[in-house]
Amino acid sequence: MPQIFPKTANMLAHMSIVGAVLAFVIFVSVLAIIYRSPYVTQVNVVREQPIPFSHQHHVEQLGIDCRYCHDTVETSGFAGMPSSETCMTCHSQIWTDQPMLQPVVQSYENEQPIEWIRVHDLPDFAYFDHSIHVQKGISCVECHGRVDQMPLVRKTETLHMSWCLECHRTPEEFIRPREHVFTMDWTPEPGEDRYAMGEALVQEYNIRKEQLTNCSICHR
Amino acid sequence: MADANNHKQQPDNDGQDHLIGPGHDIRSIDDSIGGIVLEQRHPASWLFAFAVGSALFMVFLTSTAYLILKGVGIWGINIPVAWGWAIINFVWWVGIGHAGTLISAILLLFHQDWRTSINRFAEAMTLFAVACASLFPLLHLGRPWLFYFIMPYPNTMGMWPQFRSPLAWDVFAVNTYATVSALFWYVGLVPDLATMRDRAKNRITQVACGIASLGWRGSARHWFRYEMAYLLLAGLATPLVVSVHSIVSYDFAVSLIPGWHTTVFPPYFVAGAVFSGFAMVMTLMIPIRKLYGLEDFITMRHINNMAKITLATGLIVAYGYSMEFFVGWYSGHEEEQFMLMNRVTGYYWYVFAALILCNVLTTQLLWFRSIRQNLVALFIISIIINIGMWLERYLIVITSLHADFLPSSWGTYHGTIWDWTLYIGTIGFFVVLLLVFIRFLPMISMFEMKHLHHKLQHKAKH
Repeated sequence: MPQIFPKTANMLAHMSIVGAVLAFVIFVSVLAIIYRSPYVTQVNVVREQPIPFSHQHHVEQLGIDCRYCHDTVETSGFAGMPSSETCMTCHSQIWTDQPMLQPVVQSYENEQPIEWIRVHDLPDFAYFDHSIHVQKGISCVECHGRVDQMPLVRKTETLHMSWCLECHRTPEEFIRPREHVFTMDWTPEPGEDRYAMGEALVQEYNIRKEQLTNCSICHR
Repeated sequence: MADANNHKQQPDNDGQDHLIGPGHDIRSIDDSIGGIVLEQRHPASWLFAFAVGSALFMVFLTSTAYLILKGVGIWGINIPVAWGWAIINFVWWVGIGHAGTLISAILLLFHQDWRTSINRFAEAMTLFAVACASLFPLLHLGRPWLFYFIMPYPNTMGMWPQFRSPLAWDVFAVNTYATVSALFWYVGLVPDLATMRDRAKNRITQVACGIASLGWRGSARHWFRYEMAYLLLAGLATPLVVSVHSIVSYDFAVSLIPGWHTTVFPPYFVAGAVFSGFAMVMTLMIPIRKLYGLEDFITMRHINNMAKITLATGLIVAYGYSMEFFVGWYSGHEEEQFMLMNRVTGYYWYVFAALILCNVLTTQLLWFRSIRQNLVALFIISIIINIGMWLERYLIVITSLHADFLPSSWGTYHGTIWDWTLYIGTIGFFVVLLLVFIRFLPMISMFEMKHLHHKLQHKAKH
């Protein structure tokens, strides 16, 4: 009876054992890597906006406070986007003829809000409230990065749930005094133990750590 | 052929004591079992059964498509009965699988020769039953494609599954069970696949069986390793017979609902699983052995033994029922007693009555030898037991939930048309898988039958 398979079939058979394991590992790894890559998370990816608004210019060079534009950040879940009137407090006087600023002027005249493209978009099943974070000493910088150094705004964090939990499990590592929440370049005093300070602040602000990881804190 | 004649001299009243019918030799065993596949000797009823199975499978696909489109709201589940047919069907299907593992593993370790001609088929039944079972929790997720959330993998959520939940244990139990069952079944197939490869006339069968038989040449070393591997797998599978359905029962027993929170559940679930599994083996075996003319290999002795195991496990199940009532009374627990009375006399009294009729009363018929030898009676009884075991799970799930501690939230529950179609659809899925199996693989282990034949002849000579 002639052989059904050539001799090389033996080698193929042996290789298929390693190959199957390897293929599975590679397949899962590739999926995991893609899921964590900027392609999916959009970290550090600049999105084109109706106006190339520079936070660097407005915050760092001009010294405008975050709350001048995002005016509900201390009192509401939504930080607030400035109306065109807010922009026009200055821009009715300066740079009025810049073509770059035409969308603002048009928006103001037509009473149509500018449609900004959302950069930090949490899924709808996650409940997030800006005011409570700001009130309890979590700075803008912890989530949004050094916006004062961004000519064009971009995400610096993945917004993965594991990233949220990092802080919800150990808030003392991220908390700072309330009065410095909007200070972009704040660092602890030289020689001050940030961790000890954090623990004290967690106590002082009545943050109940054991509740912070309840499912219903974020998924309501 | 002299040996075959020796064989004939064994007691021969109605084939009672035979494990293999008279007049067979090594070649005729290969011909009668392997020939079904190699020469495609299938009765016309195969096609008919396949048509029916496929039609039901279409019902399954339709039902699943609509489910995914609309969500689990199309089922009858709601508060207070949030677990309905999906969990009932899951437990029912997983239970059916248990007979296969018991036959393969435990009876092997106990050297029960009569397992040989039914183990392959029963193992296939196990695999397909587990496939059907796993569909229900999967579809109950609402978004089945996110099933991997239950696996402990390094995810971006920074979370592990809730290891304190029996539902997470369930996933591991059923996955382990499916994996070990599949391995056991496949390893047992290897020597037969090699036989098929050698006997096949056409190239496609040769190559397909050649690849699947993993280069089996039947050398002494191959056999030695095979025996060792098979024994080890049997050892692995044996605790699974007990553990899988115990863990399934924890889904209920670990909760605090009266009627679920009971320590008797694990053993009573395992007995129920074997009970329903053997009933299902009989439901399938009795017509198939007739249609394929396999009476020489699945003899009346096999049928008799299966009926006896069904009776024994049926009695354990009946004991479980009585213990539930005894413990309910003995506990002095008001809610527990109310629940039990509600089961018997409440809204779902007819389910309880039907359950006792099917599982307790009908099973007693198996005490009689004349019934155990009557194929038609056995076939009908086995179907009644299958229905009874489904009703048992219905009773446990529904009556415990529909009226619990808080009378203001009592309610009633009924499956909707979509519960029916999905359940019937999985039966179609099961039938299709089984028919494909008997079309393309030898449904009885040829080499084990040959080995058994050799052993019996040896005995007869001395």
